[in-house]
Amino acid sequence: MQNPNQRIDWSAFPDANGHFGPYGGRFVAETLMEAIDELTAAYARYVGDPEFLAELDADLAHYVGRPSPLYFAERLTRELGGAQVWLKREDLNHTGAHKVNNTIGQALLAKRMGKTRIIAETGAGQHGVATATVAARLGLECVVYMGAEDVQRQAPNVYRMKLLGATVVPVTSGSRTLKDALNEAMRDWVTNVDDTFYIIGTVAGPHPYPAMVRDFQAIIGREARAQCLERTGRLPDALVACVGGGSNAIGLFHPFLADATVAMYGVEAAGYGLETGKHSAPLNAGRPGVLHGNRTYLMEDMDGQIIETHSISAGLDYPGVGPEHAWLKDIGRAQYVAVTDDEAMAAFHRLTRCEGIIPALESSHAVAFAMKHAPTLAQDAIMIVNLSGRGDKDINTVARIEGITL
Amino acid sequence: MSRIAQTFEALRTQGRRALIPYVTAGDPQPDVTVPLMHAMVEAGVDVIELGVPFSDPMADGPVIQQACERALEHHVSLARVLEMVATFRKTNTTTPVVLMGYLNPIEVMGYAAFAEAAARAGVDGVLTVDLPPEEGHDLVVAMKDRDIDPIFLLAPTSTPARIARICELASGFVYYVSLKGVTGSAALDVDAVARKVAEIKTVTALPVGVGFGIRDADSAAAVARVADAVVVGSALVRRIADNVNDETSIRREVCGLLAAMRRAMDGP
Repeated sequence: MQNPNQRIDWSAFPDANGHFGPYGGRFVAETLMEAIDELTAAYARYVGDPEFLAELDADLAHYVGRPSPLYFAERLTRELGGAQVWLKREDLNHTGAHKVNNTIGQALLAKRMGKTRIIAETGAGQHGVATATVAARLGLECVVYMGAEDVQRQAPNVYRMKLLGATVVPVTSGSRTLKDALNEAMRDWVTNVDDTFYIIGTVAGPHPYPAMVRDFQAIIGREARAQCLERTGRLPDALVACVGGGSNAIGLFHPFLADATVAMYGVEAAGYGLETGKHSAPLNAGRPGVLHGNRTYLMEDMDGQIIETHSISAGLDYPGVGPEHAWLKDIGRAQYVAVTDDEAMAAFHRLTRCEGIIPALESSHAVAFAMKHAPTLAQDAIMIVNLSGRGDKDINTVARIEGITL
Repeated sequence: MSRIAQTFEALRTQGRRALIPYVTAGDPQPDVTVPLMHAMVEAGVDVIELGVPFSDPMADGPVIQQACERALEHHVSLARVLEMVATFRKTNTTTPVVLMGYLNPIEVMGYAAFAEAAARAGVDGVLTVDLPPEEGHDLVVAMKDRDIDPIFLLAPTSTPARIARICELASGFVYYVSLKGVTGSAALDVDAVARKVAEIKTVTALPVGVGFGIRDADSAAAVARVADAVVVGSALVRRIADNVNDETSIRREVCGLLAAMRRAMDGP
């Protein structure tokens, strides 16, 4: 297929004000602009600083355990009877997901900026754990905001964060989930802006977060690209990753954007089904708007109020999506599809039984789409699926849904 | 001259400062709002700030968050708020009304359609909390086309360059947020406010309003000595929250506080 976008200079996005086409930007109150300017300047300075990058690389190697393997899922491939399925094993990172790639980077930045206090929002708790982990290691105070609803649903991760020395603040406003945790973290930041660094967990929020988090996560795609070339002698034909805010997906996709032959599939959570309205798929069934500091696709009602979302996976249960994904959708560089709770659950079990890898429910969405799509491709086609996290954290959820008491 | 400019001009010649109350439209329920607006005018306010309820009020503290939630239980949309202003205007053609809210409901309506509807309803100014000047050009143009004043926030952290840039876009007045934090935060340092207001005044001839942390007659009077307008929000909304089922008590409590502030601000 001819790709009309192959002449785009991908390195020119976002622009200086954080825009990806009409998306992104900085939609925050004036009280935060100075902090955001300060962060933008610090990031611009350190992103090219050899000492900073050397420290980041060393931490990624020796603390996180990178590079993560690119694993050929041979048995699954044989069962599916189509494209070769390769798994990028972000589940093998320290703390069990891709989130730590970003928290390591932002925490090192916080330290260099002289900030002594770290705040974060979390949904499933994976980003909260990854933040509490790096805060513990660097000896920084850490406060994690988490929707009261999610505190109930994700008790093991709440305890993990507390073990790591973080304070977990349940958020009782609004829908008591991830979006409200993000609101509350923003309120904390604006109040404690002098000593506090806000580590956002996904490629959303005001500029520079979408670009900065992408850059920290792009290690996934850089490694996968090199590993694929080394192992197979060529580039993959398709990339598949789940999309909530979209940090693992953009991390995998971004280093391949200029490779016009590589198709990209972002998989949103269709929840009970797109037709039910109970889902978390703004790219499939939402429309553009402004929330949490950026313009992007949102789940909203006809008055512009943000509506409650649903997914079996707490990490995908968010009404917005990173602005770069919104732009990649509009220009056709990536395709965005959605799979239901039931399809994700089936994929969770199938990968576990077929390959001995228990995927996170988030990642199970990517696996579910791969299982549908691989059989439609030729046997010599190569598909890389981002296994963004491990599923140990989800075993209580899965057991409960299946009526099993642990 | 806009209704806001006329109001500030008249106050200036009288040597008085503007008292600007904030209430969330439709809080605790839609029928309360228009009568409350009229009652606040009788209590002596000069400009009314009407909050447009939003599901995710990121810059607001718990008091105004809960006001938004109460109003949203009654599905108070931006269109509904404009209807309230139009109703208010049937019997009041002099008191300026400023809408204060977040961008997304305006995005959904469309900038030009919003500006036209707001002008038709009798809205005089719009403060969009999450719209800094960097992103504000298109909406500002749409509003100015309809003679609506774009009101912008200034913060303790705003640099001189930012203050200049914002004041260039703003009209009507500028709103200085007197402390780092969300609405409803505590502690007000009047000396620090006085210094920042003086700094802002070297850049612009626009009136400077001060909000955040003003909760009683004394703090209102103190701020009135250093600024052109005193904005009071959470202190009023808290009184609404304490009397959600009693419209008469809401009016008595809210207007009682405003009248006391008025007396303290105008006093010797």
